[in-house]
Amino acid sequence: MKTRAMKFVKRLFAAALFAPVVAMAAGAALHLDKAPVSTDPAALQNGAKVFINYCLNCHSASFVRYNRLKDIGLSEDLIKDNLLFTADKIGEQMKIAMTRDNGKAWFGAAPPDLTLVARARSSEFGSGADWLYTYLRQFYRDPNRPTGWNNKVFENVGMPHVLWELQGDMVGHVEEKDDGHGGKIKEVSLELVKPGVQTTEEYDKTVADLVSFLVWMGEPMAEKRKSIGVIVLIFLAGLFVLSYALKKNYWKDIH
Amino acid sequence: MTTKSQALLNWVDERFPLTSTWKAHLSEYYAPKNFNFWYFFGSLALLVLVIQIVTGIFLVMHYKPDASLNASGVPVAFAAVEYIMRDVPGGWLIRYMHSTGASAFFVVVYLHMFRGLLYGSYRKPRELIWLFGVGIFLALMAEAFMGYLLPWGQMSFWGAQVIVNLFSAIPVIGPDLALVIRGDFVVSDATLNRFFSFHVIAVPLVLIGLVLAHIVALHEVGSNNPDGVEIKKKKDANGVPLDGIPFHPYYTVKDIVGVVGFLIVFSAVMFFAPEGGGYFLEYNNFLPADPLVTPPHIAPVWYFTPFYSLLRAVTYPLFGLDAKFWGVIAMGAGVVIFAFLPWLDRSPVKSIRYKGPIFKTALVLFVIIFFVLGYLGVQPPDNGGIKDRTTQICSVLYFAFFLLMPWYSKLDKCKPEPERVTS
Amino acid sequence: MSVDEKMDSGRRQLLLATSVAGGAAAAATAVPFVASLTPSERAKAAGAPVEADVSKLAPGEMMTVEWQGKPVWILRRTEEMLATLDKLDDQLADPASEKSVQPEYAKNKARSIKPEFLVTIGICTHLGCSPSQKFKIGAASGLGDEWPGGFLCPCHGSTFDLAARVYAGKPAPTNLDIPPHKYLADTKILIGEDGTA
Repeated sequence: MKTRAMKFVKRLFAAALFAPVVAMAAGAALHLDKAPVSTDPAALQNGAKVFINYCLNCHSASFVRYNRLKDIGLSEDLIKDNLLFTADKIGEQMKIAMTRDNGKAWFGAAPPDLTLVARARSSEFGSGADWLYTYLRQFYRDPNRPTGWNNKVFENVGMPHVLWELQGDMVGHVEEKDDGHGGKIKEVSLELVKPGVQTTEEYDKTVADLVSFLVWMGEPMAEKRKSIGVIVLIFLAGLFVLSYALKKNYWKDIH
Repeated sequence: MTTKSQALLNWVDERFPLTSTWKAHLSEYYAPKNFNFWYFFGSLALLVLVIQIVTGIFLVMHYKPDASLNASGVPVAFAAVEYIMRDVPGGWLIRYMHSTGASAFFVVVYLHMFRGLLYGSYRKPRELIWLFGVGIFLALMAEAFMGYLLPWGQMSFWGAQVIVNLFSAIPVIGPDLALVIRGDFVVSDATLNRFFSFHVIAVPLVLIGLVLAHIVALHEVGSNNPDGVEIKKKKDANGVPLDGIPFHPYYTVKDIVGVVGFLIVFSAVMFFAPEGGGYFLEYNNFLPADPLVTPPHIAPVWYFTPFYSLLRAVTYPLFGLDAKFWGVIAMGAGVVIFAFLPWLDRSPVKSIRYKGPIFKTALVLFVIIFFVLGYLGVQPPDNGGIKDRTTQICSVLYFAFFLLMPWYSKLDKCKPEPERVTS
Repeated sequence: MSVDEKMDSGRRQLLLATSVAGGAAAAATAVPFVASLTPSERAKAAGAPVEADVSKLAPGEMMTVEWQGKPVWILRRTEEMLATLDKLDDQLADPASEKSVQPEYAKNKARSIKPEFLVTIGICTHLGCSPSQKFKIGAASGLGDEWPGGFLCPCHGSTFDLAARVYAGKPAPTNLDIPPHKYLADTKILIGEDGTA
C-alpha cells in the first residue's frame, strides 16, 4: 500500500532530478553560434594541421603526445615528417619554446595551454566548442588595441587574429544602446571589408575543423568512452533481467 | 557439503566466529519482509563506498599532491590528473568512476536519509543508528570537500579558499584556526598536502569505522520498515519474527537487482555525461588553479549547495557578531540539526503512512525547500533581489521544519498503526 | 537449510546464469584496474630508442647509456679481448647463448652485430644488480691468475666474460641480455629498435 503523499513525493523527486537546470547569466548574455563539431578523421586531421601551423607557436598543448595523433588516423611517419615541429620524438608532448614569462611580456598574459580549452570554455551560454567556434570567427580590426585586433566574444583579447589571412579583414561597427536600466551596452556588428584567401564558407569549415580538433584534444578518449558505454549498458540490461528473474524466483516463497 | 570442507569449516569455527557471524548478520538476520524501493539505498551507499575506496587506491598510485609548477608552467597536481586521464592505461575510466562516484555517493545518501524521514527510522530504539548516520554524513562532506581540492583546478582552489575562510568567522580563535587548517596564509602546497593526507587515509578510516558502527547498531535492534511497526513484537515458537525473513538469500538477491539498476544509471552518467552538465565536474576546474584570478562565478559542487544557501541567507549582524559568523552557524546548524530528529519528532507513529496531513505537508515542503535552496546555491547572489529573498525565506522554513516539529508532529491526526506489517 | 532444500532446477539455473554474468562483469571491471598498473604513455615515451655516438670511444673502453631507465653498456673490444672469447666455452654456462635473451642478429660468439662493439644491458640476470667492470687480466683483477677480463656482479658474485656470457657454477642463470639495436651510421648506434645487421 502506498499513500498518495508518497506518490507525490516520488513524482516530485523525479521531476526535480530530470528537470533541465536553467542557469541565469551573471553578466550580459553571450550569443554563441552552434559549432558543427565533427568526429570525422579527415576533419580532425585538417584541424590538427591548422592547430599545429597556427596555434602551436604560442600555445602549448602540453598534455597531448604527438603519437596520440595516431588516434585520428595519422600514421607515425606522417606525424614525424609533417607535424613534429616542436619536439624530436613522437612520444613527446606538444610543448612550445616560448616561456611563460616571455609570453606575459609579449602579450600581456601568457597564452594559455589549449589542451583543455574546449572543456574549460563551456558555460551556461553553450559548449566550449560553441564558444571557440564563435570566438575564432569574430575578430575585427580595432586600432585602439595594441595588436590592432579586438573580438566580439572576448572583448579586449590579448591575442591577435592569427587566421586573418584566411578570413580577411572584419570591421566592427560599435553602437551604444540603452540597456533599459539607464546604462549603455556596446553592440558590435561585424562586416567583412576585405576577403581573405578563403571564402566565408571555407573559413567557417576551417574553424569548424580546428574546433573539432580542440574538442578531440580535450578528451581524446571520448569516442572510446561512449562505445564502451554502449556495450556496458547492454550487458547490464541483460544482467538486470537475470537478477530480477532470480529475485522473483526466490521471493515466490514469501507471502 | 562434503565432509572435508565441513571439517575445514569446523576447524575455522573453533578459532574464529565465521559461521556464527554469517548467521547473525546474514542467514539468520531477520529483516521485515515489506521493504520497498527506498530500502535499496543503504546497500547502495555501501557499494559506492567500496567503489570510491578501490578507485581511490588506484588513483593514488598516479596522483601527486604538488602545487609547484612543472616545466610547462602547469601545477604538478593538475598535470597529474591529466596524466591519469591520458597517459595511464584505463586511467580515465578509473578517474571518471571516482568523480561520478562522489556525486553518486551524495545522491544515494540523500535518498537514504529521505527514507529515514519517510518512515521514522530515527525513532526509538534506532537513535544511535541515526546518530552514527549523521556522523557518516558529516565525514562524507569533509571527505568530498578535501577531495575536491586535489585536482587543483580553479574551482578546487577557490572553493577551498572560501570554505576555509568560513572558519575565520568564528570569534577569537577563527583567524588562527583558518591558518592552522591551511598551514599557510593562502591555500597552498601545504594545504594540498594535508588535504591529500586527510582525504586518502584519515577521513576514510573514520568513515569505515562509523559505517561499521551504523551496521552493528542496526543489526542489534533490527531494521525498521515502511509500516514503522516492530516485527520483533510478534515471534513464532522458534523466536523468529513472524514478519521477518532471512536477509540472505532474500534481501541479497533483491539488493543485487538494486545494485544492477544502480550500475545502469551510474554507467549511463559515467560513460555518456561524466561532466554531469558541469555539476559533477565543473567547467572552471579544467583551468589550473591560479591564486591571482578568481573565476567570475564560483559555486560549490551541487551536493553542498543547500547548505551553502543557508550560509548566504544570513546578511544581518546579531548580538554584536557579524553576519559572516551567523552564516557559518546557520550552515553548520543546517547539517547538525538532523542529529536531533529522534527527539524532535513526537508523533505517536513512525511511518509517513500513518502520520497525519500536517506532517505530510511539512515533509513535502521540506523536500521542495531543500531543492530550491540547492538550486539557489549554484546561482550568483543578486544583491537582495528576488533570489536572495527566496533564499532567506526558504532558510527560515528549513529550520522551522525541524524546530516546530515537536508541536506539529504531536498535534497531527495520525491513523492507527497496524499490528503487523502490510504487504 | 530450508532454502537449499527448495532449490529447484529453475532456481539453480538462474543462480548459475546470474553468477556467471556477474563474474564476467567483475572480470571486465578489473580490466582497467590491471591495465593501470602497466607502463603509462609517459613511461613508454621515456623508453623510446636512444642514440649513442661511439666515435670517441677508445679501444678497450666502455660507455654507458640509459635506455628505459636501465644501463646499456657499449664496450669497444680490442683484438686481444675478442681473442679471449674462443677459449672459454667449457667454462661457460651458456656459451652459444641458447637460453639467453638477444636479438637473432646478435646470437653469435661475440654476441654483437659488429664484433668490435658489444652492446648489452648491464643488469645481472640473477637478481638485477649491475655488474662492475673487471677488464684487468690475471691476478691484478683479484679474480685469480686465469681471469681473462670480464664483469663481476658485486651482489652475488656472478662473473661474465667480455661477451657478457656467464660463467658456469654462478648464480646468474643466463648471459646478460642484448637489447635490440642497429647502426644508423658507422659510429652511431640506435638502441631500442631492431635493425638487420
